Amino acid sequence: MFTTLPMKNSSTITHKEANQVTSAIELRNVTKRFRTPTGQTYTALRDLTLSVAPGEFCAVVGPTGCGKSTTLGLISGLEKPAEGSVQVMGKPVQGIDPRIGYVFQADAVFPWKNVLNNVAAGPLFRGMPKAQAMERARDWIARVGLAGFEDRYPHQLSGGMRKRVALAQTFINEPQILLMDEPFSALDVQTRTLMEDELLNLWSSLSASVVFVTHDLEEAISLADRVCVLTAGPATVKGIYTIDLPRPRNVAEIRFEPRFIQLYQEIWEDLRNEVIISYERAKQRNR
Amino acid sequence: MNVQSKEIDELIGTSENTEEQRSSIASAKRRRVQINVLRVLLLIVIFGGWELGARTGIIDPFFWGQPSSIWTQLITWVTQGTAQGSLWEQIAVTLEETVIGFLIGAVLGVVFGVVLGRNQFLADVLSPFIKAVNAIPRVILGPVFAIGLGLGIQSKIALSVVMVFFIVFFNAFQGVREVDRNLMANARILGASQRQLSTSVIIPSALSWIIASLHTSFSFALVGALVGEFLGATKGLGLVVQTAMSNFNNNGVFAGMFIMAAVALVAETLITMLENRLLHWRPNVANDATM
Repeated sequence: MFTTLPMKNSSTITHKEANQVTSAIELRNVTKRFRTPTGQTYTALRDLTLSVAPGEFCAVVGPTGCGKSTTLGLISGLEKPAEGSVQVMGKPVQGIDPRIGYVFQADAVFPWKNVLNNVAAGPLFRGMPKAQAMERARDWIARVGLAGFEDRYPHQLSGGMRKRVALAQTFINEPQILLMDEPFSALDVQTRTLMEDELLNLWSSLSASVVFVTHDLEEAISLADRVCVLTAGPATVKGIYTIDLPRPRNVAEIRFEPRFIQLYQEIWEDLRNEVIISYERAKQRNR
Repeated sequence: MNVQSKEIDELIGTSENTEEQRSSIASAKRRRVQINVLRVLLLIVIFGGWELGARTGIIDPFFWGQPSSIWTQLITWVTQGTAQGSLWEQIAVTLEETVIGFLIGAVLGVVFGVVLGRNQFLADVLSPFIKAVNAIPRVILGPVFAIGLGLGIQSKIALSVVMVFFIVFFNAFQGVREVDRNLMANARILGASQRQLSTSVIIPSALSWIIASLHTSFSFALVGALVGEFLGATKGLGLVVQTAMSNFNNNGVFAGMFIMAAVALVAETLITMLENRLLHWRPNVANDATM
């Protein structure tokens, strides 16, 4: 099920499988630079190689500001790499691929549209007849547990409910690739756990490949098939861990399992150094 | 207003009508009554003081007018018409110039604002010109238009357009620039085309900026029309005021001023209604509207 690619730090690869499946997402030796307002270049990603199999849930963890979100930008086609290649479903990314769904960290639902029109936005943009789009939107609103809230506007909803709208808005397009950029980081812990369960439910019915970016290692382990640890910026892959916890998972309870704790310790060992490096750098910059 | 009653409906509608809610509604009502009473009192103090000052000679009514004489002047205009003809006709002419100028200026402002806001290159090319033209006190263009377009309503409309355009333009431009990048990215991922991005993200998002500018720009449209009429006209409220001024009839000037203020207030109410209609999705729009 998993594909692995040659990596500098191959000792941390814990899982290898011989039967190669064509990967849904493949980033090969990708470098991404940004021009800062002062005219300097800032390297966000350096020589990053990562592949995600069809139907796989891959979590990407790394210290704050290391370039995790940039990875998603490259896969989605919102941004272009400076070097290296990004392939989705075996084809190089050119512009925005309709098979991709993207859940943003910040609220990205349209504040001037009510829940129904927010969820129906994707199909309507893509030219689906209005009646059909509305019907599908109602169906998805019910699936994320918001039936009865069709006429509400985003400011009338709680943060968790707005995230549900965002999920329905993304899932209604039935993406084969789902990119998630710390989608639940703004939620309180209880709501977050609920939403994580919700996400696993929706994902199991959709069988999309997921790249889930987070700085929360617990979240990464409880959701993912594989956890990819990035180094402090410029980010490159430090290690990839297979999470062999059984599914279906209960996010609230899985973190008490011995295997979970074992995996956590193992990955944290790797992540901790990067977090410290990143923290020291931030301190230097502010000095 | 209906906004307030909607609020109360919501208060009642959300759960059972408990004692606590009823008392909070009652206290809200009491507060509203207090505010209105104080407003009326303030009005009485201002105009009563003015009238009293004029009668006792503290304020010279020849220079500063007198409320009772202003009232008499208004009645005379309404019943006997002004030197230029019926008062209503003068108001209608000024209103026509204002509204046409306002609409043309607002539409041009929005179109230019959205186009330049979306096109960085064009914005860079044109920005020094826009800054230069914006630096000109635009009332100066009045004589230019009066000479170029004559004493008819065209010269007044032109001045109104120029007054309105820049206010709306800068707001629309800024509104487009401030569109949330996440919303843009989200719409693009969901499948929006460039045209759909404009119609369903950029314009709705910039709308609160644009509408905010309409509030101020209507009074500027009125200023444009009136200044145009001062400079030379055959009809209009500005001419009525100018005639009163050349006769040293300050009460006439004040009367004209109050008519214009009333016109501007009516327009302001209409714009607020439009705002509530278009921006009903916005939180706190009800609070702004009651101001």
